[in-house]
Amino acid sequence: MSEFLLLRHRNIGEEGIAELDEYLRLGGFQAFRKVVTQMSPQQVIDLVKASGLRGRGGAGFPTGIKWSFLSDRFPRYVVANSDESEPGTFKDREIMERNPFQFLEGLMICAYASQAHVAYNYCRGEFWQLVDELQSKVIQLHDHGMLGDRIFGSEFSLQIHHHLGAGAYICGEESALLESIEGKLGQPRLKPPFPADRGLYQQPTVVNNTETLANVPLIIERGAEWYRSIGVEKSCGPKIMCLSGHAKNPGNYEVPLGTTFRELIFDLADGITGDKRLKAILPSGASAPILPATDVVLDTPLTYEDVSLVGSQLGSASIILLDETVDVSWAAMKTTRFFKHESCGKCTPCREGTYWMDRLLHRINNGQGDHEDANLLGEVAKQITGKCLCPLGDFSTSAVISGLELFHDDFTQHVRNGNGSTVELSE
Amino acid sequence: MTPKEMVVTLRDRYADEIETILERYPAEQKRSAVMPLIFMAQREEGYITGSAIDEIAELLDIASTQVVSIVGFYTLFYANPGGMHRIQICTDLPCALRGADEFAEQVCENLGVKLGETTDDGQFTVEAVMCLAACDKAPMFQVQNSSGLTYYECQSADDVNVLVKELRTSPDDLDETVSG
Ligand SMILES: Cc1cc2nc3c(=O)[nH]c(=O)nc-3n(C[C@H](O)[C@H](O)[C@H](O)COP(=O)(O)O)c2cc1C
Ligand code: SF4
Ligand code: FES
Repeated sequence: MSEFLLLRHRNIGEEGIAELDEYLRLGGFQAFRKVVTQMSPQQVIDLVKASGLRGRGGAGFPTGIKWSFLSDRFPRYVVANSDESEPGTFKDREIMERNPFQFLEGLMICAYASQAHVAYNYCRGEFWQLVDELQSKVIQLHDHGMLGDRIFGSEFSLQIHHHLGAGAYICGEESALLESIEGKLGQPRLKPPFPADRGLYQQPTVVNNTETLANVPLIIERGAEWYRSIGVEKSCGPKIMCLSGHAKNPGNYEVPLGTTFRELIFDLADGITGDKRLKAILPSGASAPILPATDVVLDTPLTYEDVSLVGSQLGSASIILLDETVDVSWAAMKTTRFFKHESCGKCTPCREGTYWMDRLLHRINNGQGDHEDANLLGEVAKQITGKCLCPLGDFSTSAVISGLELFHDDFTQHVRNGNGSTVELSE
Repeated sequence: MTPKEMVVTLRDRYADEIETILERYPAEQKRSAVMPLIFMAQREEGYITGSAIDEIAELLDIASTQVVSIVGFYTLFYANPGGMHRIQICTDLPCALRGADEFAEQVCENLGVKLGETTDDGQFTVEAVMCLAACDKAPMFQVQNSSGLTYYECQSADDVNVLVKELRTSPDDLDETVSG
């Protein structure tokens, strides 16, 4: 694929795409005009279903099917999930900064298909300046008659509002996000009911990731067949891979799903910093199991199916590289610190478990651990798994359990090296 | 800053902004405005005062304790005053792999503080924070102050020294994201 579809600001002649005039000149909002003036909401849903588009926020749920699940009640809401807080993820920010109208157009098409008259874009609080800019773009769209009442002379009306989070990763989980818009603590709801039935203000609601929505105008414009021709059968379309850690050239890479780890890391990103050996890969930020950098893993296509076949998840494709110098027990200490900080505290196994894993990992990394600590750590992690209200609990154990399994020595070497005392173990 | 004796309410100061915020949510769902109102109230003093909490509660017909719990839940809300400028360095895994911990240590050393502490003149607080969605541009940090929140990416400890000098003299002059 020589063309950028999501990061179009990188294409020659499309650099000015963040400006409305230029976006319009390049055919922008033709898709929105077409759906509002020529298509029924059901036709839009069918087209998105036929495209095979799957959610880019992590779970990979088919987008058209999600839209078709809305309960038959009104008002309905659509919400863009721009919380982007998974360590290693920085794609939604680039989309909103550099190609904002394609995302907004996708959100607007989603609202039309859902027959919603109000859309919220939930952005993490740190995107404060970006939201200022997006708000002025929304005003421009009002001035051009593309937002507001009776758009293009139709019966359809739409408002877009922004809602800023305030530093809580858990608000990326869709039900916690809705609680947060409602002015409550950002804690997940028990599911079912799902947002499609009881979402924002208990009304039927679609929540989609920013990147998911940015795909939608292209599907309307160029058709489902065309979209399916990119990528592989069950994982189709372009995907932004966020590459970080020990990549020689870290950054966002837009590639067709099905590109392999090797192609991404070595062909596109020029390999590993300092030409060191690659030791391990975290394919989905801090949340999914660590993979060893074996040939089998490196030749695995980046698809929802294939990455799970080798023991991890593609998730939001936040690919963190660890070179040969990295101690995996240290990496696990970092991810655990993150989850301990971000646990919303609603369930005990997650709240207490992340606390204990954090303590044990600090003890191990400070050389104060004993031989039992690695085992104890594994035990604590297993006590969390499967016992929590939302996926964050399980996420918190992924790096720990896989790390212990694949790189056990990294967790025990501190004791063996004797680089610490073993006397301060009173607790 | 407002002298303590003068009682200037948020409503006096930000009438228009409050209205714009409330308009974003259904009239019977005013509570949704609690986060934007806290952000607004916090802008002035860098933290949220007791009287602002009471006033927000009154505006939204909720209990003050509910506003307090929201302030406590979210990391970007502050119940207590900190330095005029909060330098918040990301030390999460992806940034740490690119030297963020050593960078944070250097910044602290140059300012003569430890992580979480404020300089003696009350101007700078240095904090370690979680991923800020700029992992490919590590080391990076954000500065939170009365002008809002600004990203600084691909930074060195020397860059921070320069920035600290600038901020000391002109605290309001912060607009763009700096990318090195
Ligand atoms: C702890 C946690 C954090 C999440 N964070 C995000 C996030 O930052 N952005 C996002 O789009 N989805 C996030 N998700 C997934 C959302 O719950 C939801 O599945 C997604 O927004 C749906 O959109 P999609 O179908 O377009 O992917 C998170 C899920 C969990 C459990
Ligand atoms: S698993 Fe953790 S984050 Fe999720 S609801 Fe329970 S305590 Fe909150
Ligand atoms: S890990 Fe530092 S910005 Fe993401």
